[in-house]
Amino acid sequence: MNFFKELTKGIIKENPIFVIVLGMCPTLAVTTSVKNAIGMGLAATFVLLCSNIIISLIKDITPSSIRIPIYIVVIAAFVSVVNMLMEAYVPALHKSLGLFIPLIVVNCIILGRAEAFASKNNVIMSAADGIGMGLGFTLSLMVVSTIRELLGAGTWLGIKILPATYDPMLVAILAPGAFLTLGFLMAILSMVKEKKQ
Amino acid sequence: MTYLGEIFVMAMTAIFIQNFILSRFLGLCPYLGVSKKLDSAIGMGLAVIFVMTLASAFCYLIDIFLLRRFGLEYLQTIAFILTIAALVQFVEMVIQKNAPALYKSLGVFLPLITTNCAVLGVAILNTGMLRSDGTAYNFLDSVLNGFFSGVGFTLMLLAMAGIRMRLEMVEMPKSMKGMPIALILAGTMALAFYGFMGFKI
Repeated sequence: MNFFKELTKGIIKENPIFVIVLGMCPTLAVTTSVKNAIGMGLAATFVLLCSNIIISLIKDITPSSIRIPIYIVVIAAFVSVVNMLMEAYVPALHKSLGLFIPLIVVNCIILGRAEAFASKNNVIMSAADGIGMGLGFTLSLMVVSTIRELLGAGTWLGIKILPATYDPMLVAILAPGAFLTLGFLMAILSMVKEKKQ
Repeated sequence: MTYLGEIFVMAMTAIFIQNFILSRFLGLCPYLGVSKKLDSAIGMGLAVIFVMTLASAFCYLIDIFLLRRFGLEYLQTIAFILTIAALVQFVEMVIQKNAPALYKSLGVFLPLITTNCAVLGVAILNTGMLRSDGTAYNFLDSVLNGFFSGVGFTLMLLAMAGIRMRLEMVEMPKSMKGMPIALILAGTMALAFYGFMGFKI
């Protein structure tokens, strides 16, 4: 029961992007298409899962004064693994995500979960937390990218959705569109929350 | 093109055309988090310029003399983030010992900078940048690029802080307050910055 609570809390209740507001850089940068968003989300989920497991395993032998550098090394090691794997098996995706794969190291979500959760809980709970948070992150990226890709190119995952008469709103897939989409999404969310209360 | 001309182009590119925040999406956490007050934005901005310049210099040296010499390019991410973390810690200690006044104004921001993706971003970008004649960036180019990127970051941070302070007094829908309006503001600024690219929308 507890396990499922940890697994599902990241998806809505403690969603890393919309509720905790962490990891904004990849959220805005890679959501130009749904494909990029899924790639980024899964890469981050993998790193989050592995680093949560390792950090939870070594929590008893980690001196607390130098824990942050240790966490960063663990995370950086898994990011390098993901970076090399993606370069070998999905080179096109690796190229379009570019700089943002090595930058998973400084994604606040991963370090945040290591510090706030994995360093205090056992391995199974930490793994559940990692998967849940990763899925929440992936889903949020997909929501943002769906809106941007539909408006900006009229497609979803590369499949034409809107009729050919639709004139793509190019601004949605450019930099300003990222800020505007996320801004309006967050405004809608807080409006919904307000109505509920 | 003379070297000075090239530096000018680099500065314009880093500050306006490919601004770190608005077009490269790097360093958004401090941009949205520390832009509520003008004086903390100034402190954060100066600390970022300082660390980005130093990080560009050290990461360049590590890249050329350690990673490339021994064929260890695949360790780039780990090596750079460790360099930056150690550098930030070192800078913090030096400032604390020698310039307590400066430490008081910058100190709280320094630990945050380790996880600022703009710093790691500029270090990684420097290794792949090319000059106009097609050769890779040399030491001076990397340091200058780090400095100018930091200036571009600070400029945006200050502009954002200035506007947000005025927004405090404006009446707006409750659901727009805080993060949503900050993001929409950033979007409008990014739109304005597209003008520098000669871009037609």
